[in-house]
Amino acid sequence: MGALLLPDLSAFGTPIDPLQALDGVDVKIKKELADVALNAAKSKGATYADIRIGRYLNQFVATREKRVQGVANTESYGVGIRVLANGCWGFAATNNVTKDAIAKAAEQAVAVAKANAKIQGEPVQLAPQKGYGEVSWKTPIEINAFEVPVKEKVDLLLNVNDIAMQNGANFVNSVIFAVNEQKYFASTDGSYIDQDVHRIYPTFNVTKVDRESGKFKTRNALSAPSGKGYEYMHARPEDKVTGIVTRYKDRYDMLEDVKEAARVANEKVKAKSVEPGKYDLVLDPSHLWLTIHESVGHPTELDRVLGYEANYAGTSFLTLDKWESKKFKFGSDKVNIVADKTQVGSLGAVGYDDEGVKCKKWDLIKEGVLVSYQAIRDQAHIIGLTESNGCCYSQGWDDVQFQRMPNVSLQPGKEKLSVDDMIKNVEKGIYIIGDGSFSIDQQRYNFQFGGQIFYEIKEGKIVGMLNDVAYQANTQEFWNSCNAICDQSDYRLGGSFNDGKGQPSQSSAVSHGSSTARFNGVNVINTARKI
Amino acid sequence: MAILSKEEAQAILKKVIGFSKADSCEVSLNGSDGGNIRYARNAVSTAGQISTMSLGVSSTFGKKTGTATINEFDDTSLQKVVKRAEELAMLAPENPEFMPPLGPQTFAESNTYNAKTAAMTPDTRAEMVGKSLSVSKAAGLDAAGFLENSTRFNAIMNSKGLFAYNKGTDVSFSVTVRNKQGTGSGYVEQGFNDLDKMDTLALSKIAANKANGSAGAKAIEPGKYTVILEPLAASDIIGNMFRGFDARSADEGRSFMSKKGGGTRLGEQLFSENVNIYSDPMNTEIPSSTFTGEGLPVKRTQWVEKGVVKNLSYSRYWAAQKNVQPLPFSRSMIIEGGTQSLEDLIKSTEKGILVTRFWYIRSVDPQTLLLTGLTRDGTFYIENGEIKFPIKNFRFNESPVIMLNNVEALGKPVRTGSGLIPPMKIRDFTFTSLSDAI
Repeated sequence: MGALLLPDLSAFGTPIDPLQALDGVDVKIKKELADVALNAAKSKGATYADIRIGRYLNQFVATREKRVQGVANTESYGVGIRVLANGCWGFAATNNVTKDAIAKAAEQAVAVAKANAKIQGEPVQLAPQKGYGEVSWKTPIEINAFEVPVKEKVDLLLNVNDIAMQNGANFVNSVIFAVNEQKYFASTDGSYIDQDVHRIYPTFNVTKVDRESGKFKTRNALSAPSGKGYEYMHARPEDKVTGIVTRYKDRYDMLEDVKEAARVANEKVKAKSVEPGKYDLVLDPSHLWLTIHESVGHPTELDRVLGYEANYAGTSFLTLDKWESKKFKFGSDKVNIVADKTQVGSLGAVGYDDEGVKCKKWDLIKEGVLVSYQAIRDQAHIIGLTESNGCCYSQGWDDVQFQRMPNVSLQPGKEKLSVDDMIKNVEKGIYIIGDGSFSIDQQRYNFQFGGQIFYEIKEGKIVGMLNDVAYQANTQEFWNSCNAICDQSDYRLGGSFNDGKGQPSQSSAVSHGSSTARFNGVNVINTARKI
Repeated sequence: MAILSKEEAQAILKKVIGFSKADSCEVSLNGSDGGNIRYARNAVSTAGQISTMSLGVSSTFGKKTGTATINEFDDTSLQKVVKRAEELAMLAPENPEFMPPLGPQTFAESNTYNAKTAAMTPDTRAEMVGKSLSVSKAAGLDAAGFLENSTRFNAIMNSKGLFAYNKGTDVSFSVTVRNKQGTGSGYVEQGFNDLDKMDTLALSKIAANKANGSAGAKAIEPGKYTVILEPLAASDIIGNMFRGFDARSADEGRSFMSKKGGGTRLGEQLFSENVNIYSDPMNTEIPSSTFTGEGLPVKRTQWVEKGVVKNLSYSRYWAAQKNVQPLPFSRSMIIEGGTQSLEDLIKSTEKGILVTRFWYIRSVDPQTLLLTGLTRDGTFYIENGEIKFPIKNFRFNESPVIMLNNVEALGKPVRTGSGLIPPMKIRDFTFTSLSDAI
């Protein structure tokens, strides 16, 4: 479909009529279908079975300059059945949502489990889980993004592009991405869970080209993908964090942000190149979320710690002995990090996870010490838990569910501290806003991060913009150098709309909150090269 | 049901086109059937079997296009999906870059299908994984791996009479083997169309040897080193460069292929003279489809010859703007090499570093294509033509453009990643810090 200039949406399903699938399938019908699967699996010898009947809707509106590149509505509808037979997992999926096809898929899942049981080591141990009966949960949205006319979104994005070009940009791409997961889960534990989950992500990229020097610089949006409806696009004054660059809390002003982005891109072309060395870093939440994601979120995933991701995403330096010691100093005393699948407005918020466990909030790092991990039902016993943390997820009906990162967030400082007051105390530093390049090793020790906007701080004052900045650090050293965190009033969420993990690779969405934080004496490199 | 023959696919597409009332209509039909096993800690962790098929219809009135898809194939559903695409087209904004559908084209018959791969079952997969596990268990090591196979077909037709069909199979395998102490790690990955070429036992032995050989790594100072990149390592880095062979972004001044003052670097000597890169869907080692999604034939294309950029890819729209022929990009790149083996390259190295693979590669600066990432699963110090000892992993900051200007030698290409890539000996490769990761 290249002629349509549609973005590649194969990972998100297939295009459909925008309004066709807004009303979910009747719960009664889903329960009937679910029981067919559970009964078929049990009759073939499964000791446990669950079924997810999913309708996954995505809408993608993409533009560049004066042109709409693509408007796509996609739907993916089908069932995935997971079973335990002979102590081994099996999974089968079909897009043929009929009783016969579902029963056949359940039989296939049992056949897969039995084939693999022959090469299985220890049998799977599932943490007990009570059935919840028939329950439901819905993202608390004000405006369903799928009910907002496409024209309204197109007009907004073309307006965004127009503002960028009027303010000196050479190129601009802008998109609005909306997701609705209508998922029904049922298991042999006796749960029948109906959920309606919404997410939205508006973003843009502005490019400034200086033909004479041959240089080009870009600046991305400072929006945050969110577990919200279209109300996220309607900013209120209280959502704006003013300062050297305006940033946003619960709602986003795309028109305002793009104007500033064009100005910043112009400034970036002329900004001076950074002198490499040690700097104190002041990291805005629009930047710090990604550092939290990579250096805290991933290494505290128990499946990585245990080696289940060894062949792909990697393992973790946070080995069980460090947790067992109860004194492994991950960060400074100021560092408190929580996992939370219930945080309102976050990408990871749901009522129940994809194996029927009610979601919750728990500590990962307390006053700098590693206190827990992220675990699901077949891992809980390994760290002495009697129940799952409720962080199991699958990107669709045709992928098997597994442990995925909940929202992982740095708690704000307990004492009153503003960003201005934080900067006043920095002798030689860099203030970084927005996320950029990111890379971290397979055990999460050594990382390198870039950003969108870099300001040089000298003797407590911002003195100008910098280019070619990236910082490299060791995770433990970095978090132990955290010596100040702004208070709750600066707390904001950032997040990843597409976090990859697993084989076959699956995408999940996750938020990370923080207030602005300071890290002392971090190694900054200069990334400029000549080719 | 998921894998249709050419005739079956053509019959459905013809019927769909027959329902169209739009100025033009393009239809595509895709199906896949396959399964996988994932294992870790020497045991199966997940496994599955998935079958899907879907039909996409794009209808255009003037320059207004709408798309809809469906996964039901009775006549009523086919009529419904065409009607839905037409309704969306009426509502859509005009696309100034719309290109009318191509007329009939001639395509070479590709060699992407293998019957034996298509016939794989859950038991075949379990047996192949069993062989891999036998290696790690016998050696007292831990294996984590992934085996996947699929059969796919893709058929396209448009209202101007174009029709194309391709069927293919894939089997891919990767395994990471680690020692029980967590001080050594080895890795291999391989993908083929033909099941007979896949030897999970032999591959797992290579990974096990690397796991044992990489234990007890010493730290050496970061800096510039001569490196021997195994084909996988070379592919990891260079794969990031191929996407930049795009004429439009180069013309727009926002690519490493952009020329200072305007224009592209087409025709410039951008790499060492011993660098030759081409793509060819008919290559028997790495066959691929001979047509694009809109029906452009894909043919052998020379991208770099003796270090000079010979071609950039042009979409149909951009080609029309620039008055040139459209040239589709290829996903299967072939870098020509010599006859030397990896061992020969090591023997010829006085001091250097052998890299098994790279990990978490990300763009740092699109202007220079500067990339960062880390070595992983077997990094070794070479002295006087021999591997002396394993070394701790490094973070690198390097541009593939700079790297391909520092080519000392290229070995015999092998299928790896998404191309045929030789092992490479590169001087002055930039490592910027040490990592404790194993």
